[in-house]
Amino acid sequence: MAEPAVEVGEVAASPESLIQLDRVRKVYGSGPAAVVALDSVSLDVPAGDFLAVMGPSGSGKSTLMHILGCLDSPTTGAYRFGGEDVSRLTESELAYVRNRRIGFVFQQFHLLPRLTAWRNVELPLLYREAGQRREAALHALDQVGLADRVEHRPTEMSGGQQQRVAIARALVTDPDLILADEPTGNLDSGSSYEILAMLRRLNQDGRTVVLITHDAEIARTANRVVRMLDGNVVGGHSPADALLLVPPPGHPPADGPEGGGTAGR
Amino acid sequence: MSWIHTVQTGLLSLLGHRLRSVLTTLGILFGVAAVICTVGIGQASSQSVQARIASLGTNLLTVTPGSSVSGGVFGGAGSADTLTMADARGLASRDNAPDIAAVAPVVQTRGTIVDGTSNWSTTVTGSTPSWLQTNARTIGSGEFLSNQDVSSAAQKVVLGATTASDLGAALGDTVTIHGIAFQVVGVLQPVGGQGFANQDDLAVIPITTAQDELTGPGGVQRILLSATSVDTTGSAYLEAQQLLMQTHGIGGGTADFQITSQSQVLSTAQAVTQTLTILLASVAAISLLVGGIGVMNIMLVSVTERTAEIGLRKALGATPGDLFRQFVIEAAALTGLGGVLGVATGLLVGAVLPRLAGVAMDITLAPVVIALAVAVSVGLVFGVYPAVRAARLAPIEALRAQ
Repeated sequence: MAEPAVEVGEVAASPESLIQLDRVRKVYGSGPAAVVALDSVSLDVPAGDFLAVMGPSGSGKSTLMHILGCLDSPTTGAYRFGGEDVSRLTESELAYVRNRRIGFVFQQFHLLPRLTAWRNVELPLLYREAGQRREAALHALDQVGLADRVEHRPTEMSGGQQQRVAIARALVTDPDLILADEPTGNLDSGSSYEILAMLRRLNQDGRTVVLITHDAEIARTANRVVRMLDGNVVGGHSPADALLLVPPPGHPPADGPEGGGTAGR
Repeated sequence: MSWIHTVQTGLLSLLGHRLRSVLTTLGILFGVAAVICTVGIGQASSQSVQARIASLGTNLLTVTPGSSVSGGVFGGAGSADTLTMADARGLASRDNAPDIAAVAPVVQTRGTIVDGTSNWSTTVTGSTPSWLQTNARTIGSGEFLSNQDVSSAAQKVVLGATTASDLGAALGDTVTIHGIAFQVVGVLQPVGGQGFANQDDLAVIPITTAQDELTGPGGVQRILLSATSVDTTGSAYLEAQQLLMQTHGIGGGTADFQITSQSQVLSTAQAVTQTLTILLASVAAISLLVGGIGVMNIMLVSVTERTAEIGLRKALGATPGDLFRQFVIEAAALTGLGGVLGVATGLLVGAVLPRLAGVAMDITLAPVVIALAVAVSVGLVFGVYPAVRAARLAPIEALRAQ
């Protein structure tokens, strides 16, 4: 289907790109049982961008998120993160990249229930030699407006507050990339709005944000949107068009094939 | 992740499951305590057996008859009737056997002693005055049998302390054994309980009287020999052997008697108690192993239950090594705690049991240290597999678990 509109060399040469995927393919299993999760994805995310990756379930957006987050390695193809090829790193090296450069926000929050808010925020700092962890954690909680909830446990907080703790945990390491996977999937609309506004603000402060969602309304928060279908990126659009991208059930999107593979630059 | 935080994280998670941690610890606790107690009891009984045998005198030799074969029936060792009073007299000769200090021929039978209205069943031994020396005994009150008593087959008896007190017999009393009247001339000094048989419950009469009235003439069941010193026991053994071969007319064939020394009995007893101790300790060690498997089981449950946490920690930058260490430390903390509590329990039982049940326990440092070390190693070994499982979990699979 859609092939990247830019040449490989051109992608690699772009110095201000934070994320460069070059014909990344991911296959789970082998032989007849093999499942192609990503067919051939090329993507270029400049530093400071706010990108939404949209697609229905099974489109490969979760797999893309795992690869972008260095939680998994591509089967073939190259992934350059901040100019460094991370597609063939060992598990320990990937852990290092995740710890130093990527902040995760999950749909399920993934807070540890036995730990207080600031202890949860402190967690990533425990996996590096960092001093002043409490100060850093309190500062991050202050940034998400939870300075008065530092000693509360997750069970004592609302869903929106829990997700803000998770955002503070993603921020505490001062990462290059915030990767949010359906961050509002478990929240009511009020809390959702808060969380999206927070991501928006982080982006305005200069941080690169990639938002994974199936919801076109949510995707509109981003600066631009790429759409995934059957393991391929099928279109890059401005957020205003995001709603138009939703295909009627059972029909391919009208603008899918002819849309440029990589998001517009 | 630094070691301090790894340990902290592990302990926090154990505290989060207090009941489970305590129950898992119990398996190790009982294993360690069982090892300490069984080895303690084994060592104590081994020592007491050795002390008892040593108290009999290591310069004692016992001559017993060989086996009898009558009509094709093998009678077993000691059943033959090959020892005689003449053998005893020969061995007593200083010229023939210079290293033998005392010789006491012995016949024994069970008998009921009656003193007035009370009666008492005991072992009646017929012997000579040398019996005192060969058995390392002393007379408590009165006097022992004399050579005169033996040659005249006097109807005199010397009682053990227990026998005398249970019978209510005093010096000068006349008692009857199998209807024959005996005069009590002495009571032996008590030597205390000797385990297999009470050495204070016996009656000694002249061997001649015993042969005439109780066991039948001629035969001698055993000859007790005492060497001049512990060092000459070996040569006394050879002298007795040579002399008896000669008098029994045996050239190079199989001897019709056996000579056993106390040191042989001692080493046999040592071997037996050691084997028993090893057996008991092995059973205890198996319970320690079972405790270790319990630790592995609970750690596997813990890894499965915390799959999401493991995934999160990986996403946040924990390396496989970080997670491996965290879970191994949890397992080691469980068994280490169980081990320490097990040592405490073992020492407590060692302090209380001897008073309550009269079981001697001798707890030394070595089994305590070994049991503790084994407990911690068991934790490390059985903690490795669950920890490897945790370390190898793919972060995306683990994150999906919740």
